[in-house]
Amino acid sequence: MIETKDLSKQFNNNFWAVNGVTINVQPGKILAFLGQNGAGKTTTVRMLTALLMPTRGWARVAGYDVMKNPQEIRANVGVLTEQHGLYMRMTGEEYLEFFGKVYGLDPKARKARSDYLFQYFGIAESAGRRCGEYSKGMKQKLALARALMHDPSVLLLDEPTSAMDPESSRLVRDEIARLRSSQRTIIICTHNLAEAEALADHIAIIYRGRVLLNGTLDELKRQVLGPVEYEAKFARNFDAGELALPQGVTLAERCADSLRFRIEAPLAVNPMLVQALTARQAPLISFQEVPRKLEQVYLKTMADVQGGAYAA
Amino acid sequence: MQRNLSAIWLVARREFTDQFRDWRIVVPMFILVSLFPFIADDTTRQAVNFMNRFGGDLILDNLIPFVVLVIGFFPLSFTLVVALESFVGEKERGTIEPLLSSPLEDRHMYLGKLLVGITTPLVFSYASIVIYLILVSRRDVLFPSPYMLSLIFLLTFAHAVLMVSSAIVISVQATTIRSANLLASFVVVPVAFLLQGETILIFWGNEDVLWYAIIGVTLLASLLVRLGISHFRREYLLGREIDTLNVNLIGRTFIDRFTGQATSVFEWYRKELPVTLRQLRQPLMIVCGLALVAGIASYVWVVTNVPAYIDLPPERIAEFRTAIADNLKTNLSMLGREVPAPAVFYINARSMVVFLLLGLLSFGTLGLTLFIGNMALIGGVLGGAHLVGYSPWLVFAIGILPHGIFEFAAVFIATAAMLKVGAQLVTPQPDKSLGEVLLLSLADWLRVFVGIVIPFLAIAALIEIYLTSRLIQWVFPYLQ
Repeated sequence: MIETKDLSKQFNNNFWAVNGVTINVQPGKILAFLGQNGAGKTTTVRMLTALLMPTRGWARVAGYDVMKNPQEIRANVGVLTEQHGLYMRMTGEEYLEFFGKVYGLDPKARKARSDYLFQYFGIAESAGRRCGEYSKGMKQKLALARALMHDPSVLLLDEPTSAMDPESSRLVRDEIARLRSSQRTIIICTHNLAEAEALADHIAIIYRGRVLLNGTLDELKRQVLGPVEYEAKFARNFDAGELALPQGVTLAERCADSLRFRIEAPLAVNPMLVQALTARQAPLISFQEVPRKLEQVYLKTMADVQGGAYAA
Repeated sequence: MQRNLSAIWLVARREFTDQFRDWRIVVPMFILVSLFPFIADDTTRQAVNFMNRFGGDLILDNLIPFVVLVIGFFPLSFTLVVALESFVGEKERGTIEPLLSSPLEDRHMYLGKLLVGITTPLVFSYASIVIYLILVSRRDVLFPSPYMLSLIFLLTFAHAVLMVSSAIVISVQATTIRSANLLASFVVVPVAFLLQGETILIFWGNEDVLWYAIIGVTLLASLLVRLGISHFRREYLLGREIDTLNVNLIGRTFIDRFTGQATSVFEWYRKELPVTLRQLRQPLMIVCGLALVAGIASYVWVVTNVPAYIDLPPERIAEFRTAIADNLKTNLSMLGREVPAPAVFYINARSMVVFLLLGLLSFGTLGLTLFIGNMALIGGVLGGAHLVGYSPWLVFAIGILPHGIFEFAAVFIATAAMLKVGAQLVTPQPDKSLGEVLLLSLADWLRVFVGIVIPFLAIAALIEIYLTSRLIQWVFPYLQ
C-alpha cells in the first residue's frame, strides 16, 4: 500500500518540485502518474523510495514510513528508474545476480528468479552477453527484471515500456497486470496515455509539483469533460423538433441523421430517452456512448491550467 | 559484522570487475606501471654515477629510498581517476539510482567504493615499487634496509588512503566528472608537497622520523574517511543536478549566522556571542588541557635533558645570562619604536588566521599542532630560564602573564573555535550539506574572532609594548 499526505519537496534553490501530493494506492491497484517533463513525477517516486526526504508531509510505503524506515522501504520496493541504469560491462546474468545478492536472495532463489525473468521477458538467449551489447528494448526489459528480482510488494515504474517494440510493450503490460492481480501496489509514471488508460485503476495528473486531478478514469472524464455523451444515430434524416427530454439530459449536438445528448445518470435515464425517441418514431439504428479518451482529459486539463486553447 | 563486510565486498567486487574489464583503465595502467620503474632505474643510475664523481654520500645513501617513495606515488596519482569518478561517474551514467534504491546502507556503498579506490592504486604502486627494487638489486648500489622499505610501504599506503579518501569526498560532492577531475588538483598538489616534506625527512637520514609522517598522514586520512562517511547522503547524490554558485544565498546565510537575532552590537555581545562561547566549552577544555600538557612536558624535557647535551658550569651560566641580558636590552629598546603595538597585534592576529587555514586543511590537526608547538615553546623557554638560574615562575609572571592574560585567552579561544570547525566537518549532520556545515562553522569562528580574539589581541599588544617591557626592566634591573 502507498499512502501520502501533503508530500512536498523543496530543493535548495527554494523551488518546490513537489507540493502537497496526497495519494492512496491500495494493494492490487495501479496508479498512473501523468504530467509534463519536470512536473514532479520522478521526485515523488524518489521520495516514495526514500531516496529523497520530504520537506513537508509524510508517506507510508509497504507499511513503512519513508522518514523512519528507509531501509525497509528499499527492501520492499521494486524501482524502475527513468534511465535503465545498467552496468554496461556486466553480463545480463551477472547484473541480476548482483542485485539478487544486494536484495539478500539466497543462491537458489537468485538462480530461479533470474532464469524465470530472462525467460519471461524473452531475453534468455542474451543472458550471457554484456549489457552494453543489448538493444534499447532489451535494456529496458533487463532493468524491469532487476526491479522485479526480489518480488517486491510495491512497484514504482518510471516509463516501463519506453523504447520497447509493441510486442515487448504488450508483454510488460501483461506482467504489470499480472502483478496487480497478485495484490502488488503499483505506481507508473508515464507519458504513454494509452498505456495508462489500459492499465491504471487510478490516474493522477501532476503539474508543477501539484496534483491537479486524482481519481478513476471515469471520474476524471466526468470532472474534466463533463457528463457522458451518448449519440443516437438514425437510418434517415430525422427532425426531432421539440423533443421532450427526461430530466438530467441535455441536447449537445443536432445533426440531420444523429443527435448527441449529455446525460448525467445514464443508467437511470437512458431507457427513458430511448423510449422518448421511439415514441417520436425515430428511425433509431444505434444508441451508444461517445468514446472519450484519457488524452482528451489530459490535454484539456493542461490547456485549462496553462490558459491555452484545447483542441479536442 | 559479517553482513556488513559481505555488503561492502559485494559493492567492491562489482567495481573491481567493472574496472578490470575496461581496457582504457587497465592497459595504460600496466604500461605506466611497468615502464616507470625502468625510467626511474636509469635516472638513478645516472644520478649515482654523477654523484660518485663529486661525492655526496648522504644523498647517495638515501637516493634509492627517495625514488621508491616517488615510484609509489606516481601510480597513486594516475589511478586516482578511479576514485574520483566512483560516485559522480555512476551518477552521470545513470547507474547510481538503482543502487541507491536498494537496501544497501550508505556506509556499505561508501566503504565498498573506498576499498576499490584504495586497493587498485596500491596494487599498481606496490607492483611498480617491486619492479624497481628488482632492478636496483641487480646494480651496485646500497639497497635500502628492510626497515626503511617497510616504512616507505607504510607511507605509500597512508598516501593512498589520504588521496583516495579525498578523491571520494570530491566524487560525492561533485555534480559532473569534469568538475571532479578539476578538483583533483586539490588532492594531488598538496600530496606532492607532502612528498617533498617526506623527501627532506628521508635525506635527513633519520629513518625513525618517517614514523611522524606515517602517523600524521594516517591521522589525516582517517579524518577524511570519517568526513566522507559523515557527509555521504543518498539525497545529495540525486537532489543536486546543477551547482550554480549562489553568492547571494551564501552571503545571506553567512551573515545571518554571524549576526544571529541581534539588532545591535550591544545585543550581539549580550545574547549571540555567549551562545557561541558556550558551544566552545568542550574544545576549550581540550585546548587548555593540551596547552598545560605541552607546556609542562616541554619544561620537564628541557630541564631534564638539556644538561645532558650542554655542559652548564657556573661560568657558562654566567655567559648565558649575559647573552640573555644583551639580547633583552636590544629587544626591549626596540619594542614600541621598531615593533609598535599595531605590528604585534597584526602578527598575532595573522597567526590565528594561519591556525584556522591549517586547521581547515587538516580538520583542526595542523592548527592544533602549531598551537601545541607554541605552548611547548613557552614551556621550553621557562625550562631554559630555570637552567640559567632564573625563577621560571617570576619569568612567567613578569614576562608573559601581564599581556598573556589577554593573549592566552584570545589564542585559546581562537584555537578552540578552529578545532570546532574541524570537528564540525567530520561530524554527521543529516540536515546540512558539507558546504553548509563549512559556511556555518566559519561564521561561528568569525563571531569569536571579531567579538573576542581581535579586541583581546589588541589589548594584549598594548600591554606587551607598554607594560610588560617596563615590568621586565623594573623586576630585572640588572638586565639593563
